[in-house]
Amino acid sequence: MTTVTLTVNGQSVTQAIDPRTLLVQLLRENLRLTGTHVGCDTSQCGACVVHVNGVSVKSCTMLAAQCEGASVTTIEGIAQGGQLHPMQEAFREHHGLQCGYCTPGMIMSAIDIVNRKGTALDEETVRHELEGNICRCTGYHNIVKAVIAGAEAMAGGMRQAAE
Amino acid sequence: MYAFEFHRPTSLRQAASLLGKAEDGRLLAGGQSLLPMMKLRLASPGTVIDLGAVPGMTGIERKGRSLVIGAMTRHAEVETSPVVKEAIPALAHLVSVLGDPAVRNRGTIGGSLANNDPSADYPAACLALGATIVTNQRRIAADDFFQGVFTTALEEGEIIVKVVFPIPSRAGYEKFRHPASRFALAGVFVARRGGEIRVAVTGAGDSGVFRWHEAEEALKGRFAPKSLDGLTPSTEGMNSDIHADAAYRAHLVGVMARRAVERALRR
Ligand SMILES: Cc1cc2nc3c(=O)[nH]c(=O)nc-3n(C[C@H](O)[C@H](O)[C@H](O)COP(=O)(O)OP(=O)(O)OC[C@H]3O[C@@H](n4cnc5c(N)ncnc54)[C@H](O)[C@@H]3O)c2cc1C
Ligand code: FES
Ligand code: FES
Repeated sequence: MTTVTLTVNGQSVTQAIDPRTLLVQLLRENLRLTGTHVGCDTSQCGACVVHVNGVSVKSCTMLAAQCEGASVTTIEGIAQGGQLHPMQEAFREHHGLQCGYCTPGMIMSAIDIVNRKGTALDEETVRHELEGNICRCTGYHNIVKAVIAGAEAMAGGMRQAAE
Repeated sequence: MYAFEFHRPTSLRQAASLLGKAEDGRLLAGGQSLLPMMKLRLASPGTVIDLGAVPGMTGIERKGRSLVIGAMTRHAEVETSPVVKEAIPALAHLVSVLGDPAVRNRGTIGGSLANNDPSADYPAACLALGATIVTNQRRIAADDFFQGVFTTALEEGEIIVKVVFPIPSRAGYEKFRHPASRFALAGVFVARRGGEIRVAVTGAGDSGVFRWHEAEEALKGRFAPKSLDGLTPSTEGMNSDIHADAAYRAHLVGVMARRAVERALRR
């Protein structure tokens, strides 16, 4: 056993874990944050994407023990006071999901894209940047639309915050 | 994944000593190759030594006529670094087509080189640019470092600390990506520095990354895509698997090489 202390969605968490524990297992099984999904468990699909210290990672391909001192944000941590994050709202509005299995990873990746590439995104950029996220339902079309709209909405939010 | 002991050393010396003492120890960098291998039980180390808390192993720096990249530098940092884009834009481009953003946020240059996957991108850059791999014990020239599929010159207990790339006058990388895995079916890195031209091929050879000397000779006449017209490597020594047979891979190498030269000339 080993002990790991990290911050998850703003709260400090200390857990005694088997070193084999993946970050996604710590989140889902120990902390019951089941919004983060496991699609493939082979680093391919992106259903498990969360943010670690502000950047997207596949939580099935990181040991929980590697997160000592890290700050982790999951899909449960992005809505504020009962209000959906603009990117979540955009996925709802633009029908960016069908079964919803890939959606938490899509949204966490989408926010990461905005953080890196800014809020004015074109289709080509979004499609290239979403390469690590697989969806078996939608055909991606509405996901791409949702990401572009969510990015624009985040620009509005950032303007508001700055004012 | 089989059980293992986990260590998170806070100095290079401590990491080396843990690695030396462990019977079956393995370093963990970004984990983007090792953890999938451990899940498949293709690797089952008794001790895992995480380099994530070792200081001084990250960073990108231009030193005179060289670019120096720390072993724990993440792919994403190399992709976006203004220093890399200025010194060796082909290297930034190479990383931008490696894996996907989440993989690039974790994976490291040191891990990629130590792993030496026969379809990995970084080995082609190191070989073509004539890089030097610096470990905690010695300096290894790229020509001596890559020794076949998943095999390198690294001795037991040796840790890559940084990689030194001489800055070329022109360089370009092109790869034909497997559409699902994003690894190279064939990738070619060309580099010219003074009178020296080097061409390195990844993804195609059955013993890993290699230099394509015929293409190097052809480009010495004139560094232009035309110089490679009609040139394809021999199918002997080409990998053949469910993704592509030897003839197709050889053909792709020729095409990628011409495109890489085009890209090198574009700057
Ligand atoms: C979905 C996916 C797509 C990918 N696509 C590509 C691609 O297109 N092209 C490509 O090139 N790669 C690709 N990769 C692999 C990726 O680049 C890995 O990051 C890289 O191969 C290994 O780096 P790492 O830091 O993750 O190393 P780890 O997985 O942590 O380690 C790999 C090996 O290197 C050893 N090691 C690590 N650091 C050191 C060191 N400093 N000194 C000595 N030994 C060390 C470890 O012990 C281990 O044996 C992909 C991976 C995934 C999951
Ligand atoms: S579950 Fe992690 S990438 Fe598919
Ligand atoms: S909505 Fe079903 S997998 Fe994407």
